[in-house]
Amino acid sequence: MRTTRRNTLRRGGVGALLAAVTLLTSAGAAVADDPSPSASADGGTAGPTEAGTTFRTATAIQQGQKATAEASTGDYLYWAFPADAGQRPTVRAKVSLPESATRHGASTWQIDVYDGLRRRQACMYGHQTRKAAPDAGTVELSCVLRTVRAWSEPWASDPLPGSYYVRLTVVGLAEEDLGLPVHVETQADSADQGGAADVDGALAEPVVPGASAVSAKGGSAPAGTEPEDGWSSGWWTSRWLWTVGGGVLAALAGVLGYGLTRGNGRPSRVPPGV
Amino acid sequence: MIIRKRLTAGVCVLLATLAAGLGTALPAAADEPSAAASPKVELVLDVSGSMRTRDMGGESRISAAKQAFNDVLDAVPEEVQLGIRTLGADYPGDDRKVGCKDTKQLYPVGPLDRTEAKTAVATLAPTGWTPIGPALLGAADDLDGGDSTRRIVLITDGEDTCGPLDPCEVARDIAARGIHLVIDTLGLVPDAKIRQQLTCIAEATGGTYTAVQNTDELSGRVKQLVDRAAEPVVTPVATEGAGSCASAPELQAGLYTDRQEIGKHRWYRVNVLPGQELRASVSVAADRAVDNDYGILLRAVTAHGREIVRGAESGTGRTDAISTGLRYPKPEQDDADVSDGDVKPAAEAVCLQLGNSFSAPASVKTTPGMPVELTIDLVDAPDESADVAAFGLGRGWWLLGVMVLTGLIAGLLFGWISRWRVAVWRTN
Repeated sequence: MRTTRRNTLRRGGVGALLAAVTLLTSAGAAVADDPSPSASADGGTAGPTEAGTTFRTATAIQQGQKATAEASTGDYLYWAFPADAGQRPTVRAKVSLPESATRHGASTWQIDVYDGLRRRQACMYGHQTRKAAPDAGTVELSCVLRTVRAWSEPWASDPLPGSYYVRLTVVGLAEEDLGLPVHVETQADSADQGGAADVDGALAEPVVPGASAVSAKGGSAPAGTEPEDGWSSGWWTSRWLWTVGGGVLAALAGVLGYGLTRGNGRPSRVPPGV
Repeated sequence: MIIRKRLTAGVCVLLATLAAGLGTALPAAADEPSAAASPKVELVLDVSGSMRTRDMGGESRISAAKQAFNDVLDAVPEEVQLGIRTLGADYPGDDRKVGCKDTKQLYPVGPLDRTEAKTAVATLAPTGWTPIGPALLGAADDLDGGDSTRRIVLITDGEDTCGPLDPCEVARDIAARGIHLVIDTLGLVPDAKIRQQLTCIAEATGGTYTAVQNTDELSGRVKQLVDRAAEPVVTPVATEGAGSCASAPELQAGLYTDRQEIGKHRWYRVNVLPGQELRASVSVAADRAVDNDYGILLRAVTAHGREIVRGAESGTGRTDAISTGLRYPKPEQDDADVSDGDVKPAAEAVCLQLGNSFSAPASVKTTPGMPVELTIDLVDAPDESADVAAFGLGRGWWLLGVMVLTGLIAGLLFGWISRWRVAVWRTN
């Protein structure tokens, strides 16, 4: 909210001079800066109905797909989805608990997200861990990751383009409730963060575990390890528009400034036709 | 001038990025999995006397199990080799020694003849003891051979009372054979001791535990587990890390497994060429009861002991594994460094040191070590980043403001100068 207001203020302050360029950049901004996820938060397309149980067997899903699974309380469920530079992925999971009559107490559920190097990625916000009351029917979890950067130093653990693993499990429960059946739904969406997150440099290859991915079926890229429309080439950024727009504006302002020193129109003392 | 320089640089980077993007497809399947080997599954069914109890929605446990088996046998995927082993099916007597050896293979692991298997299951009648440990050992032997994934699905209604062979220890020993065997357990009775034993067995092999309450759940779950076995996965290669960098085994790109004891280091070595990036990730599975707080550390170290980069992770509470990773891009060698044009640049031996800070209560055995899974990838190294922002481009209203102001001032100055010059020319 505050950012929007500040933006508006700033926009107002810059004033009429920039009115022309707003036209120019708003096209780019709309493409890149709108935080509208590609698929709506809830109604994703139906995805796989099974989940993996280790990093190695993680079920590949695409962003926007709703993966479901039947599992036992206490299982560790793994999915993997691809995320590209400039995206800020949000992982949501919903666990439908067994009937409360069969349960013996509260349970605490948790999602963890790991990157392609199996490094745990921090959740900026969201309910990563949540306690379900003994009589609750479902528990909903979410995790908003940091924006995926095209490049980072090897010593940083910034999220990089590549695979992301989601692990869903129960971390605290009454011993008697182990093994009871649960139904889980998981979905990963992402908001495009646009040019603000575009950094210089790129990885030669996205961080997709090459050896551990299931590649028995196809020859080339294993299904699900790549975004549906491929990895971005990395050259496009809305910064081109800003910079080019800035250059054009500077040129216009230069002409304007030059014109100001000339006064309004032709000096009256110059006779026509000279 | 500056702008043009920037632009050239930008275009260069652009072309380079494009070339890199086109030239490298996704990581080529580094280790072609042995697709030919068909997965093996053995269902181990408890046929002890207690299976007669009628508490599965009015049915006896054994008839529920039989019905579930029929469903499962109908749905087994073609490629799966399925076998069935029973425990406690034959000896009705009271001699514990004999009763505790009572396990036999009902249907051999191999291509499935559904009718034959169903007939074999139909003959079962609840009889004897519950020797889970020997049954697991027998099942592991049944599944021996080949390089496929193996799965044991254990269905029981009682704890192993046979001792001294603890089935949990048996499971851990089987897992330590390095034959990628997973044991999934299904308990038919909600009893604390059975649950403890079955979760321990499952945990020791990376399997799952399910508490079954009715026939549908039982057949659904067994089907799911059999299907899971049919999923193609890459089988890791067993390796054994050394105690020091000098004697460490040399690893290529691929997927490896190892065992690591609590508090001991494991060293591996990877040769990285200039212009390559090493990506290593490791996970250590907590396959036994460990204390609540734990961590691992993976360090990439030069041959001389200088640390290049590290990946560390710590955690708390219930977990199946803890993992971390690192990447090390080795820059391209400068031309000046290569004295001879033909000589291939020498690979750098990078040592990977894996340490863990698990701890376990004194009652927990520390050998065999905890399962380690290590993936090594070698890809092209990325281009060095020259700027924080993409191509060094700008963005935002401040940028526009500054550029407009600069343009305006430049225009004004230029205008004044030219006016002044015209004025000077006029006066002359």
